[in-house]
Amino acid sequence: MEEKQNFQTSLDFNQNIFKPSTREEIVEIVKNCYKKSIPLEISGLQSKNKIGRNFQAEKTLDLSNYKGIIDYKPEELYIKVKAGTPISEIEEALKKNNQQLAFEPNDFGYLFSGESNSGSIGGVVACNFAGSRRFKVGSVRDHLLGFQGINGKGETIKSGGTVVKNVTGYDLCKILSGSFGTLTILTEISIKVLPKPETSKTLIIKNPHVKKALDYLGQSLSSSTDPSGGVFYPDYFGKNFILNDLTHDGGLTGIRIEGPMNSVDQRIDRLSKELDLIDNEFSVLDSVQTEIFWNKTKNLEVFKNSKSNLIRIVVPISETLQVIQKLKKDDLNYFIDWGGSLIWMAFDHLNSKILSEIKEITKNHQGYYTLIKIEDDFKASADIFTIDPIKYKISEKIKKSFDPKRIFNPGKMYTGI
Amino acid sequence: MSSLQMPKVDSSILSKKDKIVSDIGRIINPKNVLSHPDELRPFETDGLTAYRQMPLVVVMPETVEEVSNILKYCNENRVKVVPRGAGTGLSGGSLPLEDCVLMAMGKFNKILEIDYENRCVVTQPCVTNLAITHAVQDKGFYYAPDPSSQIACSIGGNVAENSGGVHSLKYGATTNNLLGIEVVLMDGTITKFGGKAMDSEGYDFLGLMTGSEGLLGVITEVTVKILKSPEIVKAALIGFPTIEDAGNCVAEIIAEGCIPAGMEIMDKALTKATNDYSKAGYPTDAEAMMIVEFDGTEHEVEAYIEKAKQIAEKNNSSSLKVSKSNEERLKFWAGRKAAFPACGVLAPDYMCMDGSIPRGKLAEVLREITRLSKKYDLPVANAFHAGDGNLHPLIMFDANDKNSLKKCEDFGADILKYCVKVGGALTGEHGVGIEKRELMCEAFNDKDIQQQLTIKVALDPNSLLNPGKVYPILRKCAEEGRVHVHGGKTKFPDIPRF
Repeated sequence: MEEKQNFQTSLDFNQNIFKPSTREEIVEIVKNCYKKSIPLEISGLQSKNKIGRNFQAEKTLDLSNYKGIIDYKPEELYIKVKAGTPISEIEEALKKNNQQLAFEPNDFGYLFSGESNSGSIGGVVACNFAGSRRFKVGSVRDHLLGFQGINGKGETIKSGGTVVKNVTGYDLCKILSGSFGTLTILTEISIKVLPKPETSKTLIIKNPHVKKALDYLGQSLSSSTDPSGGVFYPDYFGKNFILNDLTHDGGLTGIRIEGPMNSVDQRIDRLSKELDLIDNEFSVLDSVQTEIFWNKTKNLEVFKNSKSNLIRIVVPISETLQVIQKLKKDDLNYFIDWGGSLIWMAFDHLNSKILSEIKEITKNHQGYYTLIKIEDDFKASADIFTIDPIKYKISEKIKKSFDPKRIFNPGKMYTGI
Repeated sequence: MSSLQMPKVDSSILSKKDKIVSDIGRIINPKNVLSHPDELRPFETDGLTAYRQMPLVVVMPETVEEVSNILKYCNENRVKVVPRGAGTGLSGGSLPLEDCVLMAMGKFNKILEIDYENRCVVTQPCVTNLAITHAVQDKGFYYAPDPSSQIACSIGGNVAENSGGVHSLKYGATTNNLLGIEVVLMDGTITKFGGKAMDSEGYDFLGLMTGSEGLLGVITEVTVKILKSPEIVKAALIGFPTIEDAGNCVAEIIAEGCIPAGMEIMDKALTKATNDYSKAGYPTDAEAMMIVEFDGTEHEVEAYIEKAKQIAEKNNSSSLKVSKSNEERLKFWAGRKAAFPACGVLAPDYMCMDGSIPRGKLAEVLREITRLSKKYDLPVANAFHAGDGNLHPLIMFDANDKNSLKKCEDFGADILKYCVKVGGALTGEHGVGIEKRELMCEAFNDKDIQQQLTIKVALDPNSLLNPGKVYPILRKCAEEGRVHVHGGKTKFPDIPRF
């Protein structure tokens, strides 16, 4: 009875791709798919749709028309948007008030299509990949204040709100962040925004050695100079950065300092002393060059048009060196972000033997990996995400609690989920 | 205090008390199984002292395997379990049930590892919040979330409640400072969510468990990140002629791009009470008194303080003082921290509410509270964590007068409903527990609550872990009590509450 009453839109269910522009339409589609057990692929702006396992879906729910800013309150530090809203549109609106999404969402467009595509906010939340500021401000999930979404039965649910302090009921914002659209279709998203720092500068240290770089990064992150970014690019990537104040083209460690003007200068100066740097060893990028440098990092531009497979490995900083040493073969390139904890590693060749080695190594070093880009013929059989049997069992139960008939992106993360 | 419906008592469990005691006595050291009423009495309540209930048995496991075996036993025998940390929670999350095994985690009281390289601490759950900072401060580090009860509350309890503190705007609550937990599910499964690495693979169970108020699992180990202590901290004490001016000042400070470490507002009633009680020396003519604090490097803090001063003056500040030393800064805070006890002197009892509101709605909400105060004929004083929108109205009443108590409860419920109405939340940091359970339907509809209950059932199909908490039993919005303080005496008078 209830379903009939809600079927009020004029959607044609014979089509394979739905492009709803209202929540009512999304509800109708999901209810229909639930009733008939039709699997549904949830899609946004196609920037990250290649991440995840191959799976069979009869229909596609394209949310790119479900977009727009619902409410933006700069003084309350939040923006409420529809899930299909492009990140670029949100960033544009925030810029007018000198604000930003502090978690710096990665732009995977360069990697997959050679040009910028920062995707939609729904996709960014669903994947939970944060950029270089991660270690200082948290991940995407730490900025999601509340949401409205449609569960696998077509019921509209919500959690959280628009205030930062809210402990009312289970924190469903967290479980949905990084769930790759397998639990709930996000419709409205309230996300925390923060002021843009007055200025930012980057200390670039010339050094080709990863061990030394990790020392620099570790020391910087434990210093009261409060950096907001820390990367290492080995020799072969150094040449990708052509900037006026960058005095060499080899391997480099970059440390970003943000804040009021004179505080940034003071901290850059202090940090270079704390790290015992001598004059010809480092250079300082001004705010314009800093923005270019960190955008290139966030956009993974060193891997632009690369044919290689790309793996994202996260480990505690103390393990990074060993993981790199164990994984590093001649044919692979990598760079390090998150002040030493995140390794982006490209493999020209990948097979299940190499992959299980990587899995073993990251696991032994208390970390995990996600396959970001892999050859299509290998994709069907590869484990894209790592998981242990106990968590798999719990994940199965959680999936069922949101999406009992497994109609949302079935198998995108794990077989059977 | 109003009666509160709890899950139906299973009389067959009551009658099997001796067997349960001896069975669990075989799982763990029998000395750690308490069953005599004299031994049970200390566990009959937590920080929400208005409600008391003796548990059937208290168990004090010492290892994760013991926790697992007890839960497995209770699951198989359909015995309810209520987990408890330090017992300082203000929403009744650890209130025992007559037919429950109360799992007191007090023996999990050791810090296991301090890892400066990865900037984290691995600890057992019943280590206090402040002990973590104490363990790392000689190297210049600290643990950021600082609930006012931090000298006594446990880190495991902080995870269960997602505790905040006065610095949440800049540094986040527990959930934003947590790297990993080890947890035991009701069926005895031991697992770890997260670890020393940032974020985690797959579904974010760490985030789901945080703030789940002991309904989804028992936390047996916690890994938190630690931060380098800021080089310098400075505060300004500012008086305003109206609440609106103070509210506008807050909004402008944030709009200008300054994120203070802490920003507190007290209304005139509370300022006066505090001055009388602790000789805080706060401006007495101001309708609103604000403390704004910045931390960071010297130049950074100077720049922000200067900006805050200009904004305050633009918004008609009637007085303004910047701390010249750390001692002076702590003096600014001393009054604020004495604000709650100060209310205990003004009336026989007070109830502390815990709503969250959009910062910009402060003046509107305070006007409504003043209106309600007249309607219910009960005095109220207000403290506000302005940085993160967390409002703590303190309603004064006399619990010996049944009518006064009922009025206070109605008044409190009306305030929380209004918080939700203006876009805020029922609870900012104290948790729902039993205290705000029946108000959940103000914030959520049936579908929202059903989705949450489905998650509960997925992990605890027999609903044995901390049942009767957070989610309404009757699904009707009864108005219930709040944190109740009688004669200025809390159960733990030495734990600061602000």
